[in-house]
Amino acid sequence: MKHPRIAAALVSVALLSATAACGSGGGASSAPSAPGTSQSSSSGSSAPAAAGYNPAHAGGTLHLVANAAAGTLDPQINYTLQYRQLYQASFDGLLAFHKTAGDASFTVVPDLAAAMPTVTDGGKTYTFQLRPGIKFSNGQPLTTKDVVASFERIFKVSSPTAGTFYDGIVGATACLKTPATCDLSKGIVADPATGAIVIHLTASDPEFPYKLSVPHASILPASTPGKDQGSAPIPGTGAYYFASYDPNRALTMKRNPFFKVWSADAEPQGYPDEIIQTFGLTVEDEVTAVENGQADWVYDPLPADRLGEIGTKYESRAHVNTLTAMFYAPMNVNIPPFNNLKARQAVNWAIDRSAMVKIYGGSNLASPVCTFLPPGFPGHVDSCDYTAGGGATWSAPDLAKAKQLVTESGTAGQTVGVVVQSDDVNKQLGEYLQSVLTQIGYKAVLKPISPNIQFTYIQNTNNKVQISISSWYQDYPAASDFLHVLLSCASIHPGTDASINIAGFCDKGIDGQMTAALTTEQSSMTQANTMWGQIDHAVMAQAPVAPLFTPKLIDFTSTKVSNYEFSKQFYMLVDQLWVK
Amino acid sequence: MAPSATAPARGPWRTALADLVRDWTAVASFTVFVLVVAVCLLAPVYAHYIAHTDPFQSNISGTTVVNGKTVPLLAPTTTGLGLGVTPIGPTWDVHHYFLGADNQGRDVMARLLYGGRNSLMIGVGSALICCIVAALLGVISGYFGGVVDTVLNWFFDVIWAFPVYLLAISLSVVLLTNGLRLGPLTVGAGSLWLPVLIIAAVYVPYVARPVRGQVLALRGREFIHASIGIGGSDARILRRDVLPNVAPMVLVFLPLMAAINMLTEAALSFLSVGVQPPNASWGTIINDGLGLLYTRPVVAIAPGLMIVITAVMLNLLGDSVRSALDPKARLRGAA
Repeated sequence: MKHPRIAAALVSVALLSATAACGSGGGASSAPSAPGTSQSSSSGSSAPAAAGYNPAHAGGTLHLVANAAAGTLDPQINYTLQYRQLYQASFDGLLAFHKTAGDASFTVVPDLAAAMPTVTDGGKTYTFQLRPGIKFSNGQPLTTKDVVASFERIFKVSSPTAGTFYDGIVGATACLKTPATCDLSKGIVADPATGAIVIHLTASDPEFPYKLSVPHASILPASTPGKDQGSAPIPGTGAYYFASYDPNRALTMKRNPFFKVWSADAEPQGYPDEIIQTFGLTVEDEVTAVENGQADWVYDPLPADRLGEIGTKYESRAHVNTLTAMFYAPMNVNIPPFNNLKARQAVNWAIDRSAMVKIYGGSNLASPVCTFLPPGFPGHVDSCDYTAGGGATWSAPDLAKAKQLVTESGTAGQTVGVVVQSDDVNKQLGEYLQSVLTQIGYKAVLKPISPNIQFTYIQNTNNKVQISISSWYQDYPAASDFLHVLLSCASIHPGTDASINIAGFCDKGIDGQMTAALTTEQSSMTQANTMWGQIDHAVMAQAPVAPLFTPKLIDFTSTKVSNYEFSKQFYMLVDQLWVK
Repeated sequence: MAPSATAPARGPWRTALADLVRDWTAVASFTVFVLVVAVCLLAPVYAHYIAHTDPFQSNISGTTVVNGKTVPLLAPTTTGLGLGVTPIGPTWDVHHYFLGADNQGRDVMARLLYGGRNSLMIGVGSALICCIVAALLGVISGYFGGVVDTVLNWFFDVIWAFPVYLLAISLSVVLLTNGLRLGPLTVGAGSLWLPVLIIAAVYVPYVARPVRGQVLALRGREFIHASIGIGGSDARILRRDVLPNVAPMVLVFLPLMAAINMLTEAALSFLSVGVQPPNASWGTIINDGLGLLYTRPVVAIAPGLMIVITAVMLNLLGDSVRSALDPKARLRGAA
């Protein structure tokens, strides 16, 4: 995902094992390691969730601030953390990640489905029973028709993960070819009378439960139009609904009047009566607002000059958590100059990743990376093709080698536009990258644009973005969530805002290796992870991206807020904060 | 009574110059302005031979020497949660980051001087272009009248209808994408000529209208009628009768417009639609300093101070020039 999302790892192995056992080989999957430990501040950011709902703290208004909106409100299209942290309280899928703090948040639990699915036919058939009595926020009852329509809509709106997460559903291939007329009636068979929903896959997919738990698989009313709804709120089944959304001003969520808790693990009752996220302040002003109690939480990366103050004077309100994520610079492999391999390799050699770490806030907040899979992630193998003096980890840039490669590539002197978000941190990262590109022989121009549109802008091939800076946080702890989602041919949707393979990298050989690794996951996760490590190395040899660093997350909250819980899946549980 | 033969007659320009030289405000403001220009012009000398830095290149991992010790340009916080890095502050050593570093590890003093070159170039350059074009249009409009005057006035009204900053920002945002192409004239997106031309264009009516008014007044004067009566061509009348009478007004406008244009450039660059990185101007440096207000406020204060000093000096100079070129001021003084 574009912004941090850490998904089920350890506990989901049980589900994977069960799936595999019912599938082709029954080999026990090895447990993907948990993505590192939390570095807590004194407020205990990874404390376990309070047992049960405490109605004494229900009420009040939670005021969040963000520099800019995050684009469309459509949960099947939006792929940013900024709204996913809000979707977890407003939309539901058949399954969900456990909404709790700590490692337990990696567990997949039944949500709109009454129980975990029965998996048969070698892992290719998932049978669910829809919970009765659930209503959308517009009062409309949830039916099996909504479920089928929602999955078809994933293809109709060209969701960023349509081709990578849901292409295994029977009928999906045709839907990918002609999304407007997507028909999954053979792949998803629903019985309105009994509430049974049967999903047929073309092949076993141990990751499928994860994929059903992410917001792209949210169940929406069947009447929802099959196109991006933009700023028009869509009714959901969660504890909150989007009451209004003005991307220039604010977004408001209110309690869903038709919500009743059916599973506190999947969709607990929220505490604030209202959640408002306002846009437009600079990040500096946002921090000041939280310090003064005028706002309760800052979404954006905190500006470097306030980190020292926040980490000392407001230490008790700063919650630092380790993530499995990375900042990286995708390079468009289809247009000059980065359609030249040597040019891309030159960028990887030239970037001083420790400088980027400093810009982000120092070594307590980020670490340099050299591989596409972050350290500690399933499949990660320490290796670095682009560090001075060689070695398995990055240590220093090699500007001389970079300049030599640029000269050899024949691309020296070309104008290169660097597209970054216009918030403080990303703009500084962009300025640094611009400086590096200039040093190695390009005429680099910085193009900072609003965070509201930058992520979709760099995905759209019509904009001919040469290089940009983006970030990616796992949807769930599987190597495919990085490599397959971001660099497979299936993730390229030319001319759309949802072409998540920003580099436009489509190598048939590497694609074939990814397919083989995905297949191997059905029988042996250990072997599959080894293959993913090799794929990572093969990808970095082609250098479609320059991995920069892996970040930690700081949540800075006001004195009004308590009951901070950090879920490794959803990060700060917004609706579980107490403001009363 | 015979006229006095002791004091030879002086022309109006020499009289004005003599008045200016006697005006301590004019001399002081001119001196300070020239000093600022000279120091800024010496930016490459300072950067390469004194400070030994490249103010356009990020130097985040770099070091410098303070009190004999090598220190990082961006130092990590070591207290509390150990979050964040802070650029080095002013060392007051001309050889080692005199005013400290910004968040890219660049020498603030060197950038201040280079930025001054660009700010002054844009301010003065756009003022020159604005005054020349405005004078031309104002003279043509006022002298010829009729349809020409109507069309030009409409043109002035359209530009004047827009708030200046809004128009300048809009033009900048559009032209920054692909640059400017007007027939054979091509100006690249990152070129410094873009802000020069944009700022000059938006202020044309502010100079052209008063010039037009002056020309309209002149048009009705007897000496103009006399020139027409004796068969003088329009070109001759404009050159010998109109322009010399309009020139003092334009000269007064020049320093005032330079100050206004410099402030406009600073505003556009602060909003990231003026001078583009890695080029620097006082406005871009203030923008850089925005993210350091809490830790290194000098990054924003230094260019702000330079803008204030330069703008005030130009305004004082403009006032003095106006007084020197205004013959009625001498009469009032004599009275």
